[in-house]
Amino acid sequence: MAPDQDHLYRLRNRPFAEKLVDLGFKNITIALASVVAVVLFAILIVVFQGSLEAMGRYGLEFLVTSNWNPVDDEYGAGAAIYGTLLTSLLSLIIAVPLGVGTAIFITENIIPKSIRNLLGLMVELLAAIPSVVLGLWAIFVMEPFIRPALEFLHTAFHWLPMFSTPPMGPGTIPAVLILVVMILPIITAISRDSLNQVPGKLRQAAYGVGTTRWGAIINVILPAAVSGIVGGVMLALGRAMGETMAVTMIIGNSNNFSFSLLAPGNTIAAMLANQFGEADGSQVSSLMYAAFVLIVLTLGVNVMARWLVKRLSLKY
Amino acid sequence: MSFTSSRRTTDGLPDLSYQPRAARNIGSRFLTVVAALFSGIAVLPLVLVLGYVLIKGGSTLGLNLLTELPPPPGLEGGGIANAIVGTLVVTLVAALIAIPVGVGGGIFLAEYSRSGWFAQFIRFGTNVLSGVPSIIAGVFIYGTIVTSRVLFGNAYSALAGGMALAILMLPTVIKTTDEGLKLVTDDLRRAALGIGASRFVMIARITLPTAFTPIATGVVLSIARAAGETAPLIFTALFSPYWSDLVSGDGLLAPIASLSVLIYNFAIMPYEFHNQLAWSASFVLVAMILFLNLLSRWLGRFASR
Repeated sequence: MAPDQDHLYRLRNRPFAEKLVDLGFKNITIALASVVAVVLFAILIVVFQGSLEAMGRYGLEFLVTSNWNPVDDEYGAGAAIYGTLLTSLLSLIIAVPLGVGTAIFITENIIPKSIRNLLGLMVELLAAIPSVVLGLWAIFVMEPFIRPALEFLHTAFHWLPMFSTPPMGPGTIPAVLILVVMILPIITAISRDSLNQVPGKLRQAAYGVGTTRWGAIINVILPAAVSGIVGGVMLALGRAMGETMAVTMIIGNSNNFSFSLLAPGNTIAAMLANQFGEADGSQVSSLMYAAFVLIVLTLGVNVMARWLVKRLSLKY
Repeated sequence: MSFTSSRRTTDGLPDLSYQPRAARNIGSRFLTVVAALFSGIAVLPLVLVLGYVLIKGGSTLGLNLLTELPPPPGLEGGGIANAIVGTLVVTLVAALIAIPVGVGGGIFLAEYSRSGWFAQFIRFGTNVLSGVPSIIAGVFIYGTIVTSRVLFGNAYSALAGGMALAILMLPTVIKTTDEGLKLVTDDLRRAALGIGASRFVMIARITLPTAFTPIATGVVLSIARAAGETAPLIFTALFSPYWSDLVSGDGLLAPIASLSVLIYNFAIMPYEFHNQLAWSASFVLVAMILFLNLLSRWLGRFASR
């Protein structure tokens, strides 16, 4: 089987043309496989090179200052970076219980299998809906619907900095909610797969020593599946950080830093989508710097996801 | 013999029957209800979004929608025909780039070097690339193809948009090809090589056809994902209110409309008619994507038979 053993079985002489085709095909596949590496490095190099000018001008201050002023040519992505981290973490806090709960519900035998499969299919189809359609829905349906609730939050809790501004339509909370919708399918699908992979023996043993259904789930099944679930959650975090269209349509794209969750905010991806087309000069470089920060954030999360999965996987 | 259980039957043996009012059983039932509630919340957005797209978008679906150009801002009447064509063209360009590259790369990973350092490196790169945000693919193509005007002096073009989408499709195609080919049993490979087939013939005539269904499923899914992407297109393919000149091919080198960018542009316009067109475009786009998803599902079921 291995190529170096081929000579042992040489019963006929291969024609030169056949060898050439063979070798050529192998080299073509190697070249095609390297495209991935080339594209990946090219992305890093292009974005890094594009951001060099802004990096030289602002240094690390770019990451914490939040004045974005194309007129004065002064840029700082603090508000966008804060918005990226805030929206993705908040959406994760909401989506993890929902997603893992759903995954448990459709892997346990609580209701008939056909209904569970239907629920699973529906969650998967949710992942197929384009983010721009979710953004459209968020603008015209979801945001008007939740506005009264946000207004109530403001009137009742306006002394809290997070609810200190009146809701004006687009804002951080609607963006977080639409992000929840976008990352829920990822968390559910991956949690479901890892829950399904837990050996049935573990559950039977847990029931055998007399625990309840949820005793088994919480103490035995979830710990056994935790590596896959954490991996899914981290992938979802990466997706939430990079998610662009739905967020840019509903977050308000304001570069003014605000602690209020009701005020318009910004994320790096939303800022890129909004300004890249019209930007020129050092604004392009600043946007590239922001894009570079986004790449570093998402790559960091993805690599950490892999490391955590390796670290947390139980041997049973 | 001693039993620690507090409940006894009349014979003095521990009572093993289910105690519906025991705290832990109540707690367990409570958590079951919570999980059911969470599942309900999780599928609610799908029902609501599909419902609104169906009602708001489907209600205005007509022949003029599918055959006419979008109206200028402020005016009414017209359709989204050029965007439908544009989405098909850009997705086709992306597929024509991503499928050969992805399948070829997958063949290398699965057939030539399963565990070599280069293959591991490429697998790692594929995973990393699949985590790159879609907007970054747009930024990359903008920085390389659009600003350098490398495509015969044209800046924004359908080809550039297709390339950006291809970057997003590539990891999925490679992964599904790699995994699809790994599912092919080694017996088939040994048999093919044993009767004197060359490696190329073995791959082209035996393993690839055997793994066709899983590969096709993944490819169809990646096409569905690419068709709905917006972020990589807004500053690569841009948008165009006109028909693309596809007969002479110049349309490929010019900005092109697409359903997803049309939805984005028209949703944030202050004109009711354009908002309505965005809903109609959503209907067409979602219908296309759900069709592709169901097609891939059908392919998968076809394979497992």
